[in-house]
Amino acid sequence: MTTRIGVVTFPGTLDDQDALRAVRIAGAEPVSLWHRDKDLHQVDAVVLAGGFSYGDYLRAGAISRFSPVMETLIEQAKAGMPVLGICNGFQILTEAHLLPGAMLRNNHLHFICRDQTLRVENAETAWTSDYSAGQEISVPLKNMDGRYTADERTLDELEAEGRVAFRYLDGNPNGSLRDIAGITNAAGNIVGLMPHPEHAVEPLIGTGRTDGLGFFTSIIKKLVNA
Amino acid sequence: MSLDTVKHAAETPDAAQPWKELGLKEDEYARIREILGRRPTGAELAMYSVMWSEHCSYKSSKVHLKQFGEKVPQNDAMLVGIGENAGVVDVGQGYAVTFKVESHNHPSYIEPYQGAATGIGGIVRDILAMGARPVAVVDPLRFGAADHPDTKRVLPGVVAGIGGYGNCLGLPNIGGEVVFDSCYQGNPLVNAGCIGVMKHEDIHLAQASGPGNKVILYGARTGGDGIGGVSVLASETFESTGPAKRPAVQVGDPFQEKLLIECTLEIFKEKLVAGIQDLGGAGLSCATSELASAGSGGMRVELDTVPLRDSSLSPEEILMSESQERMCAIVEPQHVDRFLEICEKWDVIATVIGEVTEGSQLEIFWHGEQIVDVPPRSVAHDGPVYHRPFARPSWQDALQADDAGKLPRPQNGAELKDQVLKLVASPNQASKSWITDQYDRFVQGNTVLAMPEDAGMVRIDADSNLGVAMATDGNGRYAKLDPYTGAQLALAESYRNVAASGAKPLAISDCLNFGSPEDPDVMWQFAEATRGLADGCLELGTPVTGGNVSLYNQTGETAIHPTPVVAVLGVIDDVNRRTPVAFAEEGQLLYLLGDTAEEFGGSAWSEVVHQHLGGLPPRVDLGREKLLAEILISGSRDGMIDAAHDLSDGGLIQAVTESCLRGGKGARLVVPDGLDAFTFLFSESAGRAVVAVPRSEELRFTDMCGARGLPVARIGVVDGEEIEIQGEFSIPLSELRTAHEATIPALLA
Repeated sequence: MTTRIGVVTFPGTLDDQDALRAVRIAGAEPVSLWHRDKDLHQVDAVVLAGGFSYGDYLRAGAISRFSPVMETLIEQAKAGMPVLGICNGFQILTEAHLLPGAMLRNNHLHFICRDQTLRVENAETAWTSDYSAGQEISVPLKNMDGRYTADERTLDELEAEGRVAFRYLDGNPNGSLRDIAGITNAAGNIVGLMPHPEHAVEPLIGTGRTDGLGFFTSIIKKLVNA
Repeated sequence: MSLDTVKHAAETPDAAQPWKELGLKEDEYARIREILGRRPTGAELAMYSVMWSEHCSYKSSKVHLKQFGEKVPQNDAMLVGIGENAGVVDVGQGYAVTFKVESHNHPSYIEPYQGAATGIGGIVRDILAMGARPVAVVDPLRFGAADHPDTKRVLPGVVAGIGGYGNCLGLPNIGGEVVFDSCYQGNPLVNAGCIGVMKHEDIHLAQASGPGNKVILYGARTGGDGIGGVSVLASETFESTGPAKRPAVQVGDPFQEKLLIECTLEIFKEKLVAGIQDLGGAGLSCATSELASAGSGGMRVELDTVPLRDSSLSPEEILMSESQERMCAIVEPQHVDRFLEICEKWDVIATVIGEVTEGSQLEIFWHGEQIVDVPPRSVAHDGPVYHRPFARPSWQDALQADDAGKLPRPQNGAELKDQVLKLVASPNQASKSWITDQYDRFVQGNTVLAMPEDAGMVRIDADSNLGVAMATDGNGRYAKLDPYTGAQLALAESYRNVAASGAKPLAISDCLNFGSPEDPDVMWQFAEATRGLADGCLELGTPVTGGNVSLYNQTGETAIHPTPVVAVLGVIDDVNRRTPVAFAEEGQLLYLLGDTAEEFGGSAWSEVVHQHLGGLPPRVDLGREKLLAEILISGSRDGMIDAAHDLSDGGLIQAVTESCLRGGKGARLVVPDGLDAFTFLFSESAGRAVVAVPRSEELRFTDMCGARGLPVARIGVVDGEEIEIQGEFSIPLSELRTAHEATIPALLA
């Protein structure tokens, strides 16, 4: 049976088509999910894609977090279903308290779009097992509110438990604390990051590298072997 | 105040009306009375005033723009020409592409963020209204001097507005320009272009036919913003001491526009609309009169059903409001329910505000009383036409006689080196990544090339790898020296840029930015530029599919440089064959294609080193441009070229610097026989490009150039970590990078 990976479209989601394409390229069956529909349509994992859901009005991710689809998603994620939040998706995951911390406006106050080098710090999550710990990858980064923030105790906990999944290299692009680009929950099924692996899955498009494909092949392997 | 109904207007012929305050001239007001056979009602006057404004009616430019329809090159690709929301061309495999460039200059000076943001919003809706999914945007921008304090107000606001709106909309920003010149002080040019893709059968037109069909207004509620934007702002010269014009600038909501796009595309997919028009300049006045005029004529609208943000708006204000993110569709009665259902799915407000009627009049009612009864054509299409006087300016000869060739030139390698560093660090030639990094170039996952490449390129079919490319160019300095040639140079450069990326140029859109048409000097510039552009398009075989004219770009007596901006659209069968600008591999051989002459008039060198503008711009040879383009496209298709960069402002050294920095590799160059080092490095002769050829392809490539008669000279090799001009000087890449990349952040960050 083919692995089914869902991608949620909220009003204002922008990178849903890209995420669906990345899922397909990696070899799974992409499934479009709609924010008003509580039914996850038997998907094995879910990607919350980037964009400006609800225009980022109020706070990025703050409104989407209350969508009908999130009720089911939060419940199932807590029960172990793999969820990847990219950019706005990461913001939604923190707003939903599935991951700790929050994203503030970039410290330079501008939107920033560039190729970003990351170090994979944790290669044991559901979404990173195809990488090796310490591996450096380059994927596009593009955001306005990307500055990861949490209180000192949370940060220390994340570090101690190996839950910092990615760190920025060659310059912190937005002022994120401890250069954190992405984190995971303790179980390793929920991962959120600001950069965009779904934009780095074809050699000709985006950065010209396919460093992001590993997110999608990791999850497929995990689900097939499960 | 009581309602000014049609009946009331007929009974009170002598009532005073504010036609002058609304921007109408006395004879225009008289003509409206003649058309109607009575005085217009307040609502009618509002409609005519916005629709007959310079911005909407093209009354000063029309007589010159006619040439674009007369000098039409033989081109099978054209599917929809000038006159619709945007032109459409065939790009093969059943796909059609629609594209257009527009200006949002005046609002962007008043309120940079919202002015630029709504410029993006407007052009995107134009593309959407043709039935297409918008796939990319580009932004040609011009500002005052880079170090002027007001530039620090205008530029960051404009850039944030373009980013804030475009990024939130999910459209990759793949190209454009940023130019600084003190002539744009107080009159920045904020042009915006958009590309959309559809299948041939999905083309939609703006017309209302079929009596009984419903008129549906959907999208944002109508508010008090942007009232009279086109007549008050875009059609008058700024006075330095005028009242604040801020309320005439619209306010954008990109989230609403994103919903509008997805909602509209779903409606198209189910084939639910008979005609569609976006609401931009002149708002409902424009949409209703244009839809009715292009259809059978009759339409009845109940204006009080329009959803409002502010319930105190008068009917006149509702008709003139330029609130953003609104569309107007003509829908057959049996499709109305499904139409409204899709709108509800996307949380988009939709309201039936009227219907197409048997008659030939546009009739608008307010709580049951008739306030508009006009022939729609008289509003939308039969506006005034002016034959403005024009004459070659008295100063033109003196300007052209002030030859840049006579300026002192660098005398030795050290001076050359010094001027190269100065050039690549000058605001116009410096890296613009501080600006372009504020735009999302990756979204939608189809971007093959984006800034700082010669052209932006997106894939439009992931199975066949079909793609389209676009470049925008314009050089006001050249056009000031000779508007006819300057317009052709803009066309040639944009055409060359598209070809350098490997795509075949198909058609163009233009944005013609000029000063006041009431000044005969400016009108002469406009007449010359349009003639040059029309002649050039005929020769290159690239039709003008549409565009926009922006006049009154002047403060007091001082007009901007005439600035025709040309966007060329190209097609590439396989995006895998695209040519980047980067010199990325050591050992690649560098060839200069085309002829280099001593041409420095209007050049970047004359500006940077001597603050000089005079003489003649580079000569144009469009036959040569065509040949060069063929070589660049063949070379890319057959794998003979690894990289290519067009030569334009800044000349060869600018292009080589950009290509080396992009690829992170140096180059060793030799001055070819018959040229001096200075001319080799700084000349801006047109019809040239530099290409990097893999050693294995050297013979095949030079044979091809030889057989087709294109001059080609081997000038060096990609190598090392510096740019060396043999026998003259060398500069480490790190030094060039610092010079090139530090300027803009230092001025603006």
